[in-house]
Amino acid sequence: MVNTLIEYLSYPMVRYALIVGVLIALCSSLLGVILVLKRFSYIGDGLSHVAFGAMAVAAVVGLTDQMMLTLPITIVCAILLLWTGQNAKIKGDAAIAMISVGALAFGYLLMNLFPTSSNVSGDVCSSLFGSTKILTLTKSEVVLSVVLSIIVVVSFIALYNRFFAVTFDESFAKAVGTKTRLLNFVIATIIAVIIVLAMNLVGSLLVSALVIFPALSAMRIFKSFRSVTVFSAILSVICALLGIILSILWDTPVGSTIVITDIVAFIVCSIVGRIKG
Amino acid sequence: MDQLVCKNLKLGYENITLTEDLSFSVEKGDYLCIVGENGAGKSTLMRTLLRLQKPLAGTIEYMDDLNAAKIGYLPQQTIVQKDFPASVFEVVLSGCQNSLGLHLFYSKADRKRAMDNMKRLGISDLAKWCYRDLSGGQQQRVLLARALCATEKMLLLDEPVSGLDPKVTLEMYELIEKLNDEGITVIMISHDIACSVRYAKHVLHIGNDFFFGTVDDYRTSAAGRKYLEEGHHHHG
Repeated sequence: MVNTLIEYLSYPMVRYALIVGVLIALCSSLLGVILVLKRFSYIGDGLSHVAFGAMAVAAVVGLTDQMMLTLPITIVCAILLLWTGQNAKIKGDAAIAMISVGALAFGYLLMNLFPTSSNVSGDVCSSLFGSTKILTLTKSEVVLSVVLSIIVVVSFIALYNRFFAVTFDESFAKAVGTKTRLLNFVIATIIAVIIVLAMNLVGSLLVSALVIFPALSAMRIFKSFRSVTVFSAILSVICALLGIILSILWDTPVGSTIVITDIVAFIVCSIVGRIKG
Repeated sequence: MDQLVCKNLKLGYENITLTEDLSFSVEKGDYLCIVGENGAGKSTLMRTLLRLQKPLAGTIEYMDDLNAAKIGYLPQQTIVQKDFPASVFEVVLSGCQNSLGLHLFYSKADRKRAMDNMKRLGISDLAKWCYRDLSGGQQQRVLLARALCATEKMLLLDEPVSGLDPKVTLEMYELIEKLNDEGITVIMISHDIACSVRYAKHVLHIGNDFFFGTVDDYRTSAAGRKYLEEGHHHHG
């Protein structure tokens, strides 16, 4: 088993997959804590469907670098959703349901009308559930993922105190002069970036699992914002590594294996939280 | 010395006017209680004083080097906070966010201010506790300590005793009185008129009846008599 693993690790694409996987897991768990606490979990889900639609468009148009299209579209939608969520005629959750289902239908329709390969259902399945996408990343995609991840982590650390303030109590933050609008805008942008990145790893249907599970697991056990954030980052990275390695060894789909690992970790954390009281 | 002067305020939302032609002023060291029936615009007034929303008309003037960013605010609790994993110290420290400026992290002085304010409100030993594990009264003290980190001059309290049991309510009122005695101006929204009048110096009554003046004048005013009697009735 160890030998198989070492053999696999000698392939650059497996190493790329591990690097990108770890970075994505790290980013998504950091923002996951804020998303869960701000009651925005469903936004991650909605956005991933938008990204799926955008990806279908990119594939049909024949873009080699699909992120160039999916990223800006998802960012715009994220900002719109956060914006309208606060003061719109259509309530936030209904707006998200509309946009996400619409994008899903639109994307699937496009992929069927303008098939880019003979295996349409295979393409759809791989963009929804990730399948082997992470192992077929091009070098430029890897570089872009690494750069974006670093930007996300750095801005999270830099804005940590402000993120906490705006998550715990937005009214108070605004009252004492913190620029809450700008911060929400930054949060929305970062979420969109993470969703697009994470789609490569686990596919668009499973993205929100990557975002919410580590945060929820950490919240079972820890009692301060900092410890929750740190633990959820560590847990998410471990689960992603374990998930990728197991999927290689057992020849299972990468995305679902990582998500199952996250779920097992959540159950363990819940039990530990219960015992700890 | 006046700290806050409001002239001819008109409050409400786009199509709905809640209160019109509201004028009052708050002096340094004052203890103003804002009362009125539900929907009279008490919370809207407070949000307007904090510049969370704009008045439909009229002006608010801040004096004594005071601006909205230097007012300590105790909002009503939100659902989000009910199960928020944050330590008491983290919450109190977040009151210092207006002194962050362009810095990314809190300074030593900020941390000391947070510690001092926790000591001032008797919650130092709760520093590492999780906010969601505290009792209602303890949570209010934590949020009050946070508000104190944001100001040394003026506190705006939105229903600070709602949901607290009578004993804890009394403690909260005494704590607020103590802070007022130390020189901090207090503006408080309250449902509990009878009790507020016991501690406040001035009363602002908005809604169907209008009154602004000292507590003694309020007791003898038409609005005051009507509401105080109702209050006594409700509280036995």
